[in-house]
Amino acid sequence: MTSARRGNPVLLGFAGLAGLLVILELLPRLGLVKDRYLPPASRIVAALADEAGTAAFWRALGDTLYAWAIGLLIAVAAGVLAGLVIGSVPVLRALTASTVEFLRPIPSVALIPLAVLLYGTRLGSTLLLVCYAAFWQVLVQVLYGVADVDPVAEETARSYRFSTWGRVRYVLWPTALPYVFTGVRLAASVALVLAITAELVIGAPGLGKEIATAQNSDAVPTMYALIVVTGALGVLINLLTRTGERRLLAWHQSVRGEVAI
Amino acid sequence: MVLPIVLFAGWFWLSDDSESFYAPPLRTIFTAFKDTWQPERLRADVAPSLLRLFAGYLLAALIGIGLGVAIGLNRRLRAVLEPILEFFRAIPPPVLVPVIMLFAGIGDGMKVIVIVFGCVWPILLNTVEGVRAVDGVVLDTARAYGVTGPARITRVILPSASPQIATGLRQALSIAIILMVISEMFAASNGLGFTIVQFQRSFAIPEMWSGIILLGLLGFALSLLFRLAERRALRWYEGLRAARRRAG
Repeated sequence: MTSARRGNPVLLGFAGLAGLLVILELLPRLGLVKDRYLPPASRIVAALADEAGTAAFWRALGDTLYAWAIGLLIAVAAGVLAGLVIGSVPVLRALTASTVEFLRPIPSVALIPLAVLLYGTRLGSTLLLVCYAAFWQVLVQVLYGVADVDPVAEETARSYRFSTWGRVRYVLWPTALPYVFTGVRLAASVALVLAITAELVIGAPGLGKEIATAQNSDAVPTMYALIVVTGALGVLINLLTRTGERRLLAWHQSVRGEVAI
Repeated sequence: MVLPIVLFAGWFWLSDDSESFYAPPLRTIFTAFKDTWQPERLRADVAPSLLRLFAGYLLAALIGIGLGVAIGLNRRLRAVLEPILEFFRAIPPPVLVPVIMLFAGIGDGMKVIVIVFGCVWPILLNTVEGVRAVDGVVLDTARAYGVTGPARITRVILPSASPQIATGLRQALSIAIILMVISEMFAASNGLGFTIVQFQRSFAIPEMWSGIILLGLLGFALSLLFRLAERRALRWYEGLRAARRRAG
């Protein structure tokens, strides 16, 4: 099989996207789907262009990204700190294991009513949900990472009388770092989902609220355009965290091994 | 199991003389829990929620695994669909609620479709990855022994991909619970999410807290059930990994 016969994956991918756009254009045009429900792709693109010309759209985008970034930052800082402390003290680890297992599967949306009561439609509501959901992703990964420390390296560091700080800095941290990044990557996409959910359901300012407004005012193309924006944001965040991970961990075995294969 | 009990006891004790309107004493919440979640309410609100959850989740699993195997086995199909799938996966599932409301109204159908649409991506993408990663030697051996057609998929490919598929199913489960609640908060006349929001809107705070606790228990119970099922189904895999670890 030559590569020409298989086709260039990038080209095929573009062909797939183009095909999707054509289908989305034709379905309503041919009357297979009511265009009140699914407007043709061209009209969605036009609505997107309209939106991009308004200040409200950019403000909403900014609000969403702000809530996402702050929430993620808090969750990562808290998750890493808690993970390193809990992970390196065996007693704490054993004590908290069942609590972590119990608290983690609590769906973050269960906190929506509480967030509404505490913060109303302000930023705090979004932050509460984002932090809660993203924190567990980071914490669990850090715990895995700390558990992965090579006992020989740990004992070597001990016999060379590394201080506690030195052991954390030179043994624990480099081992846990790839796990931390996995946690951050997972947390980044979860944080986006929760930020937009909070805005959609609670009405905190941001893209989600704009979607709800568009739906209520029957502006269907605008609603689709905004949903496309949230999807694009998600893809962008995925790409950024993945390249960031590869860059920053270029020295690490997990990334080097990938390249060699 | 010590710490959760200690935490709960601490909450109980610390909140006992709480005057705060938003954080009532745990004792009050417990009483509210007992009074609120009576059998008829469980039947009227919790049962429909769970039924939608299971219907959506099962459908998503069938569609995700079926399509995932097809896409994973066909290189060209994969190349064509990959960007589209990446895009759909990146859309936060709750924003689909307004879209699907357009098509399916606000009935049970809408909620099930929302759950299917949100859950299918992690299952689909993990199945694709799992199918792609099937050991080439295993495939060649199967071919040499004349294992082809449906048997090739059910006996060779699905078992090899099952650990990865299980990962997808686990991710999908938490999404399913989230979407169950969100779709009911958005538009519903019954269900767990609807009831909790109703309590919040009428400032029935202890009842609202009891709903949050019930949701937490539900999430915990479902993830526990999933883990038991997974451990049973993937016992061979855990054994294999343990053996490899010993050898390595």
